[in-house]
Amino acid sequence: MSLIVKTVTRLTAWLILLYGINIILHGHLTPGGGFAGGVIIALSFIHLTLAYGKDAVLRQLSKEAVHVWESVGALAFLAIALFGGAAGYFFANFLPAGEPFNLFSAGSIPLSNIAIGIKVWAGLFSIFLALVLLRINRGDK
Amino acid sequence: MVELYILLILMIIGAVGALEMKDLLSSVVALGAVGLGLSFTFLVLKAPDLAITQLAVEILSVIILIRATLHKDLPEVPARGWSGGTAAGLGFAVVFLGVAFLCIPDLPPFGEPLLKVAGHYLEAGLKETGAANLVTSVILDYRAFDTLGEATVLFTVVMGVLAVMRAVGRKERGKADE
Repeated sequence: MSLIVKTVTRLTAWLILLYGINIILHGHLTPGGGFAGGVIIALSFIHLTLAYGKDAVLRQLSKEAVHVWESVGALAFLAIALFGGAAGYFFANFLPAGEPFNLFSAGSIPLSNIAIGIKVWAGLFSIFLALVLLRINRGDK
Repeated sequence: MVELYILLILMIIGAVGALEMKDLLSSVVALGAVGLGLSFTFLVLKAPDLAITQLAVEILSVIILIRATLHKDLPEVPARGWSGGTAAGLGFAVVFLGVAFLCIPDLPPFGEPLLKVAGHYLEAGLKETGAANLVTSVILDYRAFDTLGEATVLFTVVMGVLAVMRAVGRKERGKADE
């Protein structure tokens, strides 16, 4: 991509990333949550990939690492469900509810949000890598 | 409610445009307009969670569709004119609209759902879960099992995409770059 695109990407990609993290962490307080925040984080990585090419991104974060993170997210969500199972029933909210409107409240809901955010980010980014970049490479040759 | 009808008409125009445009890129842009209208519709209906999610997913899918269609010269489907397909479509539309016209008066009015469990969520959700955002308390506490199913669907989609696009088939043709 051109110099303008690269410069704007350098200035905005981390803002998008931080916005996604903010949406995930405040998912139990404000609109949004794990899914929306995960998609926004994946969009920041896609932003970088489109501007700088896939090699620059895959040097920092390999495809295997993305797959590992996706499995980590799924297993973490399942582990939270099983911890709830140990506390009573499947998906029971096993942590204390805490004071409403605080960041550390709502029991295990923020943990589930983080797990789902990791899972959605890694899943959508690996779909993007597989579906778009590999195809374009094949077409170029 | 006027803005809701304006948005719905805009979305229908965008969908028809996406079908009718000859250029593939213009078609994808029209599809993006439909998604943007849907996002604003969620905002008008006071569902900001869905609006954020819809906007982000729409941006992602439009990016993927543009990157997938930009460098492709897909074979153009020849226009067939008015034929049996058009007649079948019109007949289906008539049947669908007729049945809908019969059924819609029996639906509960807008904003008064039949399920009473939502009222319990609204009343006791903050006290029982401690989450200020009731949508999150529903999808991650009351109905977390549905969310587990959704996560499984996403996992299966990723596995399916990777299985279809995997490198083995390409190595056989001597293009072992991935």
